[in-house]
Amino acid sequence: MSLSPVEGVALAEIESGGPEVPERKDVVGRSPGRLAWIRLRRDRTAMVSGGMLLFFMLLALAAPLIEMLYGIGPKEQFQSLLDGFGMPLGYSGGVSGDHWFGLEPGLGRDIFIRLIYGLRTSLFIAFAAAVITATLGVVLGTLAGYLGGWLDAVINWITDLTLAMPFLVIALALTPTLVLRFYGEREAVSPAFGVAVLIGVFAIFGWTSTARLVRGQVIALREREFVEAARASGAGLGHMVFRQLLPNIWAPILVSFSLAVPQFITSEAALSFIGVGLSDETPSFGRMIYRSLDYLQTDPAYVFFPGITIFALVFAFNLFGDALRDALDPKSSR
Amino acid sequence: MWGSLGEREERSAAEYRSRERRQAPMSEVSVAPSAAEPLLRVRGLAKHFPVRTGFRGQSLVRAVDGLDFDVRPGETLGLVGESGCGKTTTGRMLVRLLEPTAGTIEFEGRDITHAGRRQLRPLRQDLQIIFQDPYASLNPRHTVGRIIAMPLQVNGIEPPGGVKARVQELLEIVGLNPEHYNRYPHEFSGGQRQRIGIARALALRPKLIVADEPVSALDVSIQAQVVNLLRQLQRDLELAFVFIAHDLAVVRHFCQRVAVMYLGKIVEIGDRVDIYERPQHPYTRALLSAIPDVTKLGPGGRIRLTGDVPTPLDPPSGCRFRTRCWKAQEICATEEPALVSRGGGQAIACHFPESGPVAGESGGTAGVTVEEVSK
Ligand SMILES: Nc1ncnc2c1ncn2[C@@H]1O[C@H](COP(=O)(O)OP(=O)(O)O)[C@@H](O)[C@H]1O
Ligand code: SF4
Ligand SMILES: [Mg+2]
Repeated sequence: MSLSPVEGVALAEIESGGPEVPERKDVVGRSPGRLAWIRLRRDRTAMVSGGMLLFFMLLALAAPLIEMLYGIGPKEQFQSLLDGFGMPLGYSGGVSGDHWFGLEPGLGRDIFIRLIYGLRTSLFIAFAAAVITATLGVVLGTLAGYLGGWLDAVINWITDLTLAMPFLVIALALTPTLVLRFYGEREAVSPAFGVAVLIGVFAIFGWTSTARLVRGQVIALREREFVEAARASGAGLGHMVFRQLLPNIWAPILVSFSLAVPQFITSEAALSFIGVGLSDETPSFGRMIYRSLDYLQTDPAYVFFPGITIFALVFAFNLFGDALRDALDPKSSR
Repeated sequence: MWGSLGEREERSAAEYRSRERRQAPMSEVSVAPSAAEPLLRVRGLAKHFPVRTGFRGQSLVRAVDGLDFDVRPGETLGLVGESGCGKTTTGRMLVRLLEPTAGTIEFEGRDITHAGRRQLRPLRQDLQIIFQDPYASLNPRHTVGRIIAMPLQVNGIEPPGGVKARVQELLEIVGLNPEHYNRYPHEFSGGQRQRIGIARALALRPKLIVADEPVSALDVSIQAQVVNLLRQLQRDLELAFVFIAHDLAVVRHFCQRVAVMYLGKIVEIGDRVDIYERPQHPYTRALLSAIPDVTKLGPGGRIRLTGDVPTPLDPPSGCRFRTRCWKAQEICATEEPALVSRGGGQAIACHFPESGPVAGESGGTAGVTVEEVSK
């Protein structure tokens, strides 16, 4: 790879053997974070996938605005545009100037606006879960790694316990029980409750990998001499954690965050698909794909649109996460 | 440049006075009265690391096993020995990064061996450390300015002219461009980084600096520059140093006193002239003859030590050097030689100390372990 600035300086110094201060015009240094940003800017994959993500996020954020411009809401039904069997009239699932992606068979809701709102649900759940798990993981990992001793043992034990729990079984068993605790047998479950339950389930199971990662990094850093220098000067826990340790591990944390989001997107879809969590009226990729399977032969366009969107979303997130890793840690294999 | 050195910040001055008053009765008990009170007084200092050996076995690495030495104010003590003999462990115990297993460390008459974090706070400012690895010793995410200001920040000290002015002053003292305080460590070379580490150690105006092989990781051409800087600082600021090195060459022009370590023990300690011109311990002689500069070598030849350093997990009985010593007798295996003073501040731990000039007559007795220089 190219000559890093450090190597350049070191070589120059050995060659000249003279004064050690190299003449440079810029006095403000370029931080490691800035260098990573410059590398990211040069990476075409990162720019394309990042642009796609930005586009998806804008769509999700602007969903109410789009609804206004589009003139159709996610719950509106267009029974008049369905035939006697509940199938959309016209070609490819009823695609038309009014309904860009066609209509749902049966209920006759507009697929395009439901996709936009599904994107909103999906990204909200995924980001909320990723933020909670990252926070939990960083706090627990740092405590375990830095303080060590019995605290480390306890946190490790909880981590192992969590990893040993079968995610799907617990999610399947837990959610209906939870719903029953708050709602009666026949009561309609509010959409927000379903979302909260999903985020909760992800938070309980998702923090372990970040905690492990952070713990390992903190243990490696704890013995580094710059950390010892701070300790030798009398620094307290706060300075150690927030000034010395965390600034050096935010890069892997950010990478694991950006790779966790697409995981939660697919998990949300999978759980919704098997009927855990979200109620049917909440727009969601998983629910849409689940419903579309009944019409796979009669209306293939119905599965096409949510399928392709979730694929593009997850793919873009993963590409971007990998590019981010490369930019933040140029030494890692490429 | 360092005009204000005499006057420490008022805070510390007041603290010092009150501290001395408080501590006075204690020091009378623990320290024998002497004319020149040592700054640092180490007695029986030891560090044993418990390690796992094999399946469920536990044993002790005797990394440091009973050190006695003093450092007077403004004095430099060289701590020399092969890699793995416990120098770094000693240095870390002195600045209290490691908890000693046994022994006492007294600083200005106060026993600091087991002082808690609160009691250590004022002490941290008097005792600082410079690390061996200039790449690992600076936080890569901080600017040089933040790195050097860190000791001030964590101790809540606001220097008279402001933190930035103080940082720039420190950069100038260590020979770096004061304009570079906004740069990051990766933009500097090894020698420059080590200067940054020195500036950080100076930030609190310490009285004693432990320098753990500060130049071993540097290019040879830069080593001299950094050692010269340290010498100049030592003179200008009247700093005391514990200067750790793995050979006698680096220490030669820097230290007034030298302690030679072998497997966690001091085998010989003395003034510079004694160590370099009248070394009495066989190990000191071996180390000395390893210096590339052979002009001092007598006709006896260069001593080449054979065999490896034994493991501190299971050190040899009696004299620890006996497995590599060409003068070893039976008594060396059964009885451990004590560090005995031979007058003039020189002390040697050997049953059969050498006498006479360096590598003089020793050639004849050294047997196979001594090789001719011409060979
Ligand atoms: N944390 C530790 N645990 C176990 N053994 C250690 C530890 N630190 C140092 N040692 C051992 O103590 C001995 C002395 O190490 P060190 O003080 O680093 O030597 P030096 O600095 O003279 O090279 C070595 O044998 C080393 O393996
Ligand atoms: S005590 Fe014996 S073995 Fe040890 S250094 Fe002296 S002569 Fe050699
Ligand atoms: Mg060492």
